[in-house]
Amino acid sequence: MIAEMFRKPTKWSVMKQLILKDVDDLIIGSLGIVAFISFFVGGVVTIQTALNINNPLIPKYLVGFATRQSIILEFAPTFMSIIMAGKVGSFITSSIGTMRVTEQIDALEVMGINALNYLVFPKFISMLLYPFIISIAMFLGILGGMAACVYGGFSTLEDYIVGIQTDFETFHVVYAFIKTFSFAFLLATIPSFHGFYMKGGALEVGKASTTSFVWTSVAIIVLNYFLTQMLLS
Amino acid sequence: MIEVKNLHKSFGGVEVLKGISTTFEKGKTNLIIGQSGSGKTVFLKCLLGLFDYEEGTIAYDGKIFSQLTEAEKRNMRAKIGMVFQGSALFDSMTIAQNVMFPLKMFTKQSKSEMEDRVDFVLRRVNLDDAHNKMPSEASGGMQKRVAIARAIVNNPKYLFCDEPNSGLDPKTAIVIDNLIQEITDEYQITTVVNSHDMNSVMEIGEKIVFLKNGLKAWEGSNKTIFKTDNEVVTDFVYSSNLFKKVRKMYIDENE
Repeated sequence: MIAEMFRKPTKWSVMKQLILKDVDDLIIGSLGIVAFISFFVGGVVTIQTALNINNPLIPKYLVGFATRQSIILEFAPTFMSIIMAGKVGSFITSSIGTMRVTEQIDALEVMGINALNYLVFPKFISMLLYPFIISIAMFLGILGGMAACVYGGFSTLEDYIVGIQTDFETFHVVYAFIKTFSFAFLLATIPSFHGFYMKGGALEVGKASTTSFVWTSVAIIVLNYFLTQMLLS
Repeated sequence: MIEVKNLHKSFGGVEVLKGISTTFEKGKTNLIIGQSGSGKTVFLKCLLGLFDYEEGTIAYDGKIFSQLTEAEKRNMRAKIGMVFQGSALFDSMTIAQNVMFPLKMFTKQSKSEMEDRVDFVLRRVNLDDAHNKMPSEASGGMQKRVAIARAIVNNPKYLFCDEPNSGLDPKTAIVIDNLIQEITDEYQITTVVNSHDMNSVMEIGEKIVFLKNGLKAWEGSNKTIFKTDNEVVTDFVYSSNLFKKVRKMYIDENE
């Protein structure tokens, strides 16, 4: 499927519009849910960390440090991608699957258009902007943590800021974005595959969306394990 | 003209088309008829190149499709217009955008030229003021007319219609049939219609190919179908009392 996606490219004037539409649907359309979840989960991570640090010998700035590490290393790239497998993945599978069921893909093929290039390639290119979403998730996660920490009275703003600056390693951000790009590839291709090659009617579109969510999540978790093993150990 | 020779197609060891040979003539409305499961849709999809087949040839104006290069196949497909059973309009586009789509993909026309052409074909199918509607806002008959407009917008040489009047009321179905017939005559294209609607058979069947169990059981026209003694055809075509009476009246009148 991936090789076929690059063959017989669609006219650039048409492709440009398709990419912009998919950027709007997949990236811009996801910002709201990403911002909401990141901010509150960041707050929860901070509260949980603060509540588990009972020992007075442990400095208070560790709350900020632990929140930053959790958000940058795992929450933003990995768990946000699983949420996106549900949001973006099911959108891709159901929209392409519906086109299959209603013969719209057949219509493209009869016209001599490479349907994989026309439908999947713009999604693949749009998902190259996925790190933008994850950057926002990182920022808002840490910001949510800060709000929870300060307004919950767990530590001071100064301690939190010291914490998020402590032992900062640039490679951790690089690692997070390597994962993000890899997950973006999975998020664009696995749901497209399940939508494009589905058979049946409306019920099967629903089933294909569920299957695509399950397999995308499994692929993200497994790839996350191997990338972490390779890059951090 | 489309020539089909000894076409065989199987799915999982089950032979669906068992050596069909026929010719679809230019400037005529050619009908493929037969019961559900007789292989009509598979035959049509083989003609369109959507299905590969094991044996046989399909030649478009003498050019055997399976022997063409990828670029030649692409050029050939640009000359094909297709009206799908469910219309298959792109639901994210307006009616005008749907009709304009083949022009945007295959021509280098300016936007105003494309708009003029879209206006012309939408007028041709009696949809003057539906440009900005979404397909979901159009009735079944309107959707079929939009599908016809999209199929003919790029001046195709071949027009394929898969059960174009299924799900339509009898009056609208006749309007669609007549539209297909008029367009075929007007542009002198080779039209192939897949149908099991007997009104279509009588109205527009200038050439009829009857399929049964993957075989061509009969070939003729809407004139000769009244006279045929082929039991397979008469069982199917004159299964209703109405058509039995119509046939009797036709034979009585012509004797």
